[in-house]
Amino acid sequence: MKTGMLAFIIRRALQAIGVLLTVGIIAFAMFRFAGDPVNQIVSLDTPAAEREQVRLSLGLDDPVPVQFARYLFRAAQGDFGVSYQFRQPVSDLLAERVPATMELALCATIFATVFGVLMGVYSGLKRDSILAKVFQTVSLVGISLPTFLIGILLIYLFSVTLGWLPSYGRGDTVRIGWWTTGFLTLSGWTALIMPSITLGLFQMTLIMRIVRAEMLEVLRTDYIKFARARGLTTRAIHFGHALKNTLVPVITIVGLQFGSVIAFAIITETVFQWPGMGLLFVQAVQNVDIPIMAAYLMLVALIFVVINLAVDILYTVVDPRLRTTIRQPA
Amino acid sequence: MTEGLQSAPVLAPDKAPAASSPWHARFLDSDIWASFKRSKLTMLATFLTLLFLLAAILAGLVAPQNPFDPAQLDLLNSRIPPLWEADGVAPYLLGTDEQGRDVFSAILYGLRVSLLVGFLGVAFSATLGIALGLIAGYFGGTVDAVIMRVADVQLTFPAILCALLVDGVVKSVAGGQLSPAATLGVLVFSIGLSFWVQYARTVRGSVMVEKNKDYIAAARLIGLPAPVIMFRHVLPNVLGPVLVIATINLALAIITEATLSFLGTGMPETMPSLGTLIRIGNNYLFSGEWWIIAFPGVALAILVLSINLLGDWLRDALNPRLR
Repeated sequence: MKTGMLAFIIRRALQAIGVLLTVGIIAFAMFRFAGDPVNQIVSLDTPAAEREQVRLSLGLDDPVPVQFARYLFRAAQGDFGVSYQFRQPVSDLLAERVPATMELALCATIFATVFGVLMGVYSGLKRDSILAKVFQTVSLVGISLPTFLIGILLIYLFSVTLGWLPSYGRGDTVRIGWWTTGFLTLSGWTALIMPSITLGLFQMTLIMRIVRAEMLEVLRTDYIKFARARGLTTRAIHFGHALKNTLVPVITIVGLQFGSVIAFAIITETVFQWPGMGLLFVQAVQNVDIPIMAAYLMLVALIFVVINLAVDILYTVVDPRLRTTIRQPA
Repeated sequence: MTEGLQSAPVLAPDKAPAASSPWHARFLDSDIWASFKRSKLTMLATFLTLLFLLAAILAGLVAPQNPFDPAQLDLLNSRIPPLWEADGVAPYLLGTDEQGRDVFSAILYGLRVSLLVGFLGVAFSATLGIALGLIAGYFGGTVDAVIMRVADVQLTFPAILCALLVDGVVKSVAGGQLSPAATLGVLVFSIGLSFWVQYARTVRGSVMVEKNKDYIAAARLIGLPAPVIMFRHVLPNVLGPVLVIATINLALAIITEATLSFLGTGMPETMPSLGTLIRIGNNYLFSGEWWIIAFPGVALAILVLSINLLGDWLRDALNPRLR
């Protein structure tokens, strides 16, 4: 059994490296072949000799596989080249933007989990109540409406009409080392509310539906009946026994969806002009800033792959049933 | 009962042509029509979807103004509120924007662009996905492995990220400013490339089941070439689920296009889709001209919701386990 698990983990790790290499090839191809990198660096009236100089200094005359290896080697060290628009190293630009996106994604995930579980438990326990039906309708609308429309609606309600919340930016931030945080100021917290709701709404509806379905299923099982027979309080049965068992799939979903949350932050960050990686990426697409696009792609791929791998491995550790099924095809 | 028996021979000639095409026959034989008549919500959704389609097709006839003909725009008519507000002016039912463009007309024309990109995007991704799924499922082996690994990698990323990326790369390769028509092509291309995986996986799965059946063996025995077997014999039998995916993906494609346009990487302001109109209107959110953004937003929301409801119903109606 030990060797079966190890083989499974190695196989998944190799797959993950395969995905990263594929994305690396795409990123490199974009970087190298979509437009001439030299033209982006020199000005229009640069003489040909000087252009050749730049070309040589960038190593663009080397064989393509050598260039690819060098690109990957540098990327692994966090060197993604220089942005065409900002004339700054891409890694600096990204590092500056990472805290904003991470804090937003974290808040959105917490919001989605807390409210998703609460709404899911309620509509699972009181399936036919009016509030449960309202939740179902809200979730249908939440899945159907485009993210940016929800963001605009919130801005119109809470910024334009009521004037309660700021409509753009992060508010005041505090710098701790290289990390800037909005968690330490009041304006930072108020600025987080609407973007977190906008970003987390889809995940919230997803979690709500899963918790509801799981609750309905778990409540029918024998050990719940047995708990009732033992005379435990309804509260203890619902929250101590039933809810606990619905949380395994919820944790999986939250984990797996964290990558999507970061990717979908592109839209939320644009609506709220949130200074994160997503906004940087959209501006890069608008201005055809290939180094930033390539770097963002690789970074997101890395986050996705690491999360997927971690969830896969955790699964086999947590759920003994999976270990036996893994062994068979191997 | 007797009535049914009597009418059976009369019905037969009606059904005869349908039976010649297996897909059509299956559609008529199923109780989809009954299920449709039972669901009021589905009927409403169908009605609204058809209404939007009709409005988009007839935009040139219905719209009081051609919003893209500069000769018909007058800056004096800019920022007029909707008709029912105190300052509303007669032909402008839903008000006008900054350039004196009638919002109602702009929505009709924008709807046309949104639906066009949506349908073409779905057609492209379905064609690509079905073809790759057929090839992967029918031939198996290395071809199958390569196609499905690519699908796996792509499935790791959300479609919107793929679409943005393809959009950006195509623009950088093309270089410079693209014409509105070319931008529309780029959008269809990027949406198509982002949504093919689901079709390919579904079709591949069905093909692997179908290809071991006797009729395929018979077709092979009489010496039909592989492409003919794949497209004429296997394809019609795997199209059911594809139809459901296509309906749900139509809504997704429209949302994706609207999102790209909203982000400023989609349709330009000279040929706006609903997403572009919302992007334009977003600039006036704080100055009180709410109608410039509200009506395109509502139109997009209702359109997407209707198509989604239709897709949900179709999925249930075509699923034999739920009958």
